[in-house]
Amino acid sequence: MNVEILARIQFAFTIAFHYIYPPLSIGIGLIMVIMESLYLKTKKKEYEILTRFWIKIFAITFGIGVATGIIMEFEFGTNWAVYSRYVGDIFGSALAAEGLFAFGLESAFLGVLLFGWHRVKPWVHLVSTIGVFFGSMFSAVWIVVANSWQQTPAGYHIVGQGLQARAEVTDFWAMVFNPSSMDRLVHTWQGAILAGAFLVLSVHAYYLRKGRYVEISKKAFKIALTVATIVSLTQLLSGHSSADGVAVNQPAKLAAMEGHFEKSAPADLYLFGTVDKESQKVTGLGIPGGLSFLVHQDFNAPIRGLNSFPEKDRPGQINAIFQFYHIMIAIGMGLIFLTLFASYMWWKKKLFETKWLLWVFSYAVILPQIANQVGWFAAEMGRQPWVVYGHLRTSDAFSQEVSANQIVFSLVMFTIVYALLLVLFLYMMNKKIKHGPYDEQLEPVSFQ
Amino acid sequence: MQYFLGIDYPTLWYLVIGLLFSGYAILEGFDFGAGAWHLFLRKDLSRRVAINAIAPVWDANQVWLVIGGGALFAGFPVMYATMLSAMYVPFMLFLMFNVLRAAAIKFRSAEEMLWWRKSWDYAYSISSIMIAFLLGVVLGNILQGFPIGENYRYSGGVFFSFLNPYAIMVGFTTLALFMTQGAIYLLLKTEGRLHTRLTFLLKKGMLFFIIAFAMTSMYTLIFIPEVTQTFRDNKIFFIAPVLSFLAVANVPRLASKRRYKLALLFSSLTMALLLALVAIQLYPTLLISTIDPKYNVTIYNAASSQKSLGIMLTIVLIGTPLLAGYFYFLYKTFNGKVVLDDTSY
Repeated sequence: MNVEILARIQFAFTIAFHYIYPPLSIGIGLIMVIMESLYLKTKKKEYEILTRFWIKIFAITFGIGVATGIIMEFEFGTNWAVYSRYVGDIFGSALAAEGLFAFGLESAFLGVLLFGWHRVKPWVHLVSTIGVFFGSMFSAVWIVVANSWQQTPAGYHIVGQGLQARAEVTDFWAMVFNPSSMDRLVHTWQGAILAGAFLVLSVHAYYLRKGRYVEISKKAFKIALTVATIVSLTQLLSGHSSADGVAVNQPAKLAAMEGHFEKSAPADLYLFGTVDKESQKVTGLGIPGGLSFLVHQDFNAPIRGLNSFPEKDRPGQINAIFQFYHIMIAIGMGLIFLTLFASYMWWKKKLFETKWLLWVFSYAVILPQIANQVGWFAAEMGRQPWVVYGHLRTSDAFSQEVSANQIVFSLVMFTIVYALLLVLFLYMMNKKIKHGPYDEQLEPVSFQ
Repeated sequence: MQYFLGIDYPTLWYLVIGLLFSGYAILEGFDFGAGAWHLFLRKDLSRRVAINAIAPVWDANQVWLVIGGGALFAGFPVMYATMLSAMYVPFMLFLMFNVLRAAAIKFRSAEEMLWWRKSWDYAYSISSIMIAFLLGVVLGNILQGFPIGENYRYSGGVFFSFLNPYAIMVGFTTLALFMTQGAIYLLLKTEGRLHTRLTFLLKKGMLFFIIAFAMTSMYTLIFIPEVTQTFRDNKIFFIAPVLSFLAVANVPRLASKRRYKLALLFSSLTMALLLALVAIQLYPTLLISTIDPKYNVTIYNAASSQKSLGIMLTIVLIGTPLLAGYFYFLYKTFNGKVVLDDTSY
């Protein structure tokens, strides 16, 4: 295999693995802030137990997130040297801001969050929890800004020729608020919060089904369900707004997402299907003209299709992009349905008696994870063949001085260590969850 | 070219990165150093105390690497890209040991089984040692220069060329320096028999450092004298090596008087001064091309635009006081000897 493909596989693998953890930390972070605020407000023991339990889970997700994140930062330089020189002027300042404003905040307060329960006053601890949560939210800001700039560059000009060419900032705020950054940031945040909220839902649904920690689990479930319902509904808005942006700024990506080939014709909106690149046909169930309606509020409005782009400027994996995009949407809709239904049952006071629903929630934790992953795959594969949209091709961006053997070596190393890490992560989570927030035999807790 | 306080932007950014790397070396120096001593502590309780000595702070200390790397990427993208792709294998190993070390800290005390703890103890200690060593190795390679050609293309060996005698020596010196730093930090955080044991280990560490440092210095003067050219041209700079020597000499004296905070300060100062030596020697070059000096990567041809550097200096001016505040709060909270409780590892 050639160096470019290997470098892409390695980056995709390491970033996809990394992205299991930070969303969980962001989502759990928000739930922890709510739980601890309630503890300070009500002084009730159950909120203290919940907060401290989720701090322990958070410690695991956060730790692995940091460890695997540092690899990403350096991989730009090791494997994408041409890209790094090209975007350093722009990407670099976002990364530096991320380190200083976001990681500094979250990591310094993390020590107090994890180890400071007996050392600082309760309100100081709450401030630390909030600090860590804000830090993790800010880190999403800068990395999504940097990635969005690659999708929709703004506030820059190109200097130099050939291998010496690079983008330089002309307007910092135009770079930060580039056309897609805010939509994508909100969408990413919401995806992250859902990942964390569904983990909380899953764990406490499991306890409720087993009849363990029933009192506190009801409280935790209600908190997480409220968050999950609001966020999965509003996720629809940011998703729609994001897609509108793609229609304007990255028409080739939009066309790939719906498998739309004709140069200028009304485009359909599929629920599911498969794309055949050869015959340029989609087989599946769709609403004729649906995409046209979503973009232009008119079923007959023409949408620019893939054939209006030169072959070399089209994304390669049309069917994969189509599938990833549609899986994300299907899951998003599923989450809305699930949370609304659960909220209705809560209102009817039947939520905790409906065992099958709790069963569904125990396993639904996987859904936001899948949606986050495939969403990013669609976004990144849809940007191809560009690494910086319209300016720098992926095939020009990798480090040519690095040999295929070197990448195979590091890829094998990453695979082994990450496999170990994933096993450990699942083992520790399972252990912590099985053990529960406190030992029921040793320290029976009464909440009266 | 734009100036601030009479210094041009690339030079300012060079100073910022120098400060960030010094901060990283000082703070993670004691983290890695403590890890390097781990297997020298025999009892399980001692090892738990040692891990909990760094547990609340190591994540925050690691931020200096994240910021340092980001600052290098932002300020000197050419340097960042060229160095990382040229030093591919050592950096990949460095990253891998970082992951392993983080896992070891988190998971070591999570299970009671002897085999579990022993395996993690090995993983923790070996990865700490390797990280310190690899950082030194990279520094050693930077001091010697790389075969860099046109368009900043590295054309040297792929797999093992980074393991040359000089780089290995700098690697051991860095490890010894970190181990000294780590022993002092642990002395500050421990009591009783563990403390006595560490007093003994600190002496070994100092000895290791003096031997490694003397060998590296001699090798430098004999085999790569051009590394010291700046100092011979400009005698005033000799103040840096003299000061670093005085700072090192102060460490055992203060340690024997049990003034560990001061000892830690002086060993940190040693690190900062040694890095200053490197920085003075290299300036304004970042990467020396062994093919032709015209291919050198300097702070001027590697720098981002003036506009970008200006933005980032503003970010640093706003961010640094915030960061200092966070760190003050963190270290103040965990001041004093390690106390194990139900939140400890």
